[in-house]
Amino acid sequence: MPKYTRETLKNLLDGKLPFSEVKVMMSSFKDPERFEMMLEIHQSRVPWPEKILLPLGLHLYIVLKENGDRVVKCDCGYEFGDYRKNWKLNALVYVRDTEEKIAEIYPKLMGPDPRWMEIREYYCPGCSTQLEVESVPPGYPVIFDFKPDIDAFYEKWLGKPVPTVE
Amino acid sequence: MAMDLSQGKVYGIGWAGRTLREMLEESERLFRETGRYYGLEKLKLKEKDPIRYERIFSRIRGGLVNARETALNISASPIVKELGELCFALYTPEGDAVALSTGIIVHVHTISDAIKYMIRNNYEMNPRIRPGDVFGNNDAMIGDVHNADVHTLIPIFYKGELLGWAGGVTHEIDVGAQYPGSMSYGQANRFPGDGFIVPCEKIGENDELLKSYELRAQMSVRSPMYWLLDEKTRLAGCLMIRDAVIRLVEEEGVDVYKQFIREAIEEGRRSFLNRVKEMLIPGTYEAPSFIEVPFKDEPVNQLMQKDTMNHSPLELTVGADGEYILSFEGANKWGHHSFNCAPSPMQGALWVLLTQTLIPNDKVNDGAYLATKCILPYGSWCNPDYQNVSTTLSWLFLIPGFTGMIRSLSRAFYSRGYVEEVLAGYPVTCNLMQGGGINHFGIESAFTNFEISSQGTGASAVKDGEGFCAAMWNPEGDMGDIEAWEFIEPLLYLGRRVKPDTAGHGKYRGGPGMEALRMVWKTDHQYLYNAGDGYTVNGGGLFGGYPGSSGYRHNMRGTNMQELIKNKLPYPTGDGNPEESEMENLVKAEKVDFDQQALTFMREYGEWDLYLSMQRGGPGLGDPLERAFSAVEEDLNEGLLSPRLAGSVYGAVIVQGEDGKWKVDVKASEERRQEIRRKRKMRGVPVKEWMKKERKRILKQDIIEPVKDMYKSSMELSETWAKKFRTFWDLPEEFQFD
Ligand SMILES: [Zn+2]
Repeated sequence: MPKYTRETLKNLLDGKLPFSEVKVMMSSFKDPERFEMMLEIHQSRVPWPEKILLPLGLHLYIVLKENGDRVVKCDCGYEFGDYRKNWKLNALVYVRDTEEKIAEIYPKLMGPDPRWMEIREYYCPGCSTQLEVESVPPGYPVIFDFKPDIDAFYEKWLGKPVPTVE
Repeated sequence: MAMDLSQGKVYGIGWAGRTLREMLEESERLFRETGRYYGLEKLKLKEKDPIRYERIFSRIRGGLVNARETALNISASPIVKELGELCFALYTPEGDAVALSTGIIVHVHTISDAIKYMIRNNYEMNPRIRPGDVFGNNDAMIGDVHNADVHTLIPIFYKGELLGWAGGVTHEIDVGAQYPGSMSYGQANRFPGDGFIVPCEKIGENDELLKSYELRAQMSVRSPMYWLLDEKTRLAGCLMIRDAVIRLVEEEGVDVYKQFIREAIEEGRRSFLNRVKEMLIPGTYEAPSFIEVPFKDEPVNQLMQKDTMNHSPLELTVGADGEYILSFEGANKWGHHSFNCAPSPMQGALWVLLTQTLIPNDKVNDGAYLATKCILPYGSWCNPDYQNVSTTLSWLFLIPGFTGMIRSLSRAFYSRGYVEEVLAGYPVTCNLMQGGGINHFGIESAFTNFEISSQGTGASAVKDGEGFCAAMWNPEGDMGDIEAWEFIEPLLYLGRRVKPDTAGHGKYRGGPGMEALRMVWKTDHQYLYNAGDGYTVNGGGLFGGYPGSSGYRHNMRGTNMQELIKNKLPYPTGDGNPEESEMENLVKAEKVDFDQQALTFMREYGEWDLYLSMQRGGPGLGDPLERAFSAVEEDLNEGLLSPRLAGSVYGAVIVQGEDGKWKVDVKASEERRQEIRRKRKMRGVPVKEWMKKERKRILKQDIIEPVKDMYKSSMELSETWAKKFRTFWDLPEEFQFD
């Protein structure tokens, strides 16, 4: 099993590892301690104290609150609520549903026709980062991208209890 | 199968005198009862002598790869020869894949379905399965993606006993359908529209194709030379595999071989479950996709003459014990078009994607199939309840239909820390250029251009996607040489180059697509299709990245190209950004199609007419405002990104130097990005507020027909999905679209 230094993983996460090294990494067996090591890197970078249970994307994390709640939190500090509910419902949305709005993203004729499909941009109310983009026909329910089973993951797969409040 | 009359007992060709049907039934019973392949608890051979076990595996794998590499030289078709659209696999007597070659491995399980079909239908009794027999199949309802993919299967006997099967598949240039090409459409039904279908038949004896079959194939397709050489390609490969297996059995002993193939599949199943636990996160992932079928005004069969939309509501559940369940609950109904899929191609697509993501190693077999589950609603486009559905171009729905699986896996990889494995998805593999008519040699012919195997890839979480190099269905993408295509297609290449603005934007952009501008040459009778997404974009986008662009159509008929060439005037070598279309600027034509109608029926073209074929870019990953300015600059100077979008998408303030190179003004751009963030806060609406407004729109049914029709169909077919839709929008229980 390969082992990587914290420095290597930091560079990987930041897109700074040369592709020749990334390629070797992709072709090798996976390092089982990766989850913990990456979690520590994420934890050291966020400006808030709550423990990260699971990274959800470039800016989002599921964290453990003092009262034991598990909530989705942006690295800017904005909280989206319980992870078992779709965080998008507490985000800001901007829907590109006209030709002019779509033309800001795609050249003429190369974007969707808004009658068939719209582009929904979900922003963080805290830092205005674009967290997800949906391309769906008008009227489609908001997509719940990922609802993890945190308990099964920690207990059955990692073989350790989910962190709780002391 | 033989009958001993004195005993009244039936002796099969299977192991220990059993029939294949008995063997299959036993295998299925043992799996049902134990959850393990053939009920194996211990992998005795592997545990006792792991080196021998691995050696046997390598020899089988080597035999398969060797068969593929050697056999493809027999083919004359660039699809097979240059692009490698073929693969071979080895099966147990019951039809379970033990090992496979490289190539279009989408077919490993479709061939398995075909073998099981023969067993269930008692081929052992009639038409009999004997040494030297050759079987052919290209029936999607039995086991295949579509009839363009043709299987050859041979039994492998050793001392009178069936040891297993060798199978091979290639993609054909033409299938003798109602319209020319290997994936043509316009017909409403399989019969009589889909062309030459060989539904698992005996096509050869004594290691040779039957003359009657060869003659029949010759009469049934438009490019018989390619068809027959491909038959020989597959048969040669299968015979090489048979020889390799027999040699192996003679050296290792038949009992060891038998033990090995059982263990190899059970090992495949176990390692898949382990791999799931090693790489993913248990939970539920939603990633639906959509593609349009805008046929209202197309001169297709009346039954399909309407606008419709495909709904692929992919949901992946990863269970606490490593279960991998892919559900399409909510998929809408099949239609009278050629984009329907039987369950077999759905399994094939799942398989080909798993081998490129979760299990990218040479030790892949039907064990992985046994460890996964697909839920395909009966009556939907992915499990039609009508035997006569047309399926010549199943890929049109299959490809977008599965892109969400890559995004879902990527969410898991990211959470797990394996960020190097993340991919934002993949685009549709279009434009699919195919057609036929009188070619440049004056012969009636047909073709399918396989530049489609070179699309841009999705962005990764650590780097940009790669350009014009991959197709979701073939891990070894190759666009083929221009000269090879010009030999079989009566169209010259005026150019083949990067297409700007195709890559999905993001912190990391998708890989760009390309375009080829073709001119009809030495014929006045070519019928050409356009196929791809135009009114929709596909392939998603991840963590704030956008999907790659849609395609569009730009074809010119009755042009002045001959005059331009004669007078040595500038002519286009592509179209570039359609807002400053090179074709429009340089060429005059009587009839111009320049719009988003990217999925069409055939049109007739004459010499000097122009046809644009553009391939898509991959989806992006992350907020574009986080993209490095140096990368934006590079994209501008490489011609991947138009200056206008560098500003509106990436917030880059740019200046062009005297040398024509673009430079990003970093300080001004930082400010512009701040400004865009402020704008987002202004224009963004709390989702719950937006939902209230949107709910009213749904109640008013203020949505175009094909989209309403899609919702209605999904709701009628699936009570679960209907409930989900109504609950989300808080609609009355009886709500339905008109
Ligand atoms: Zn934020």
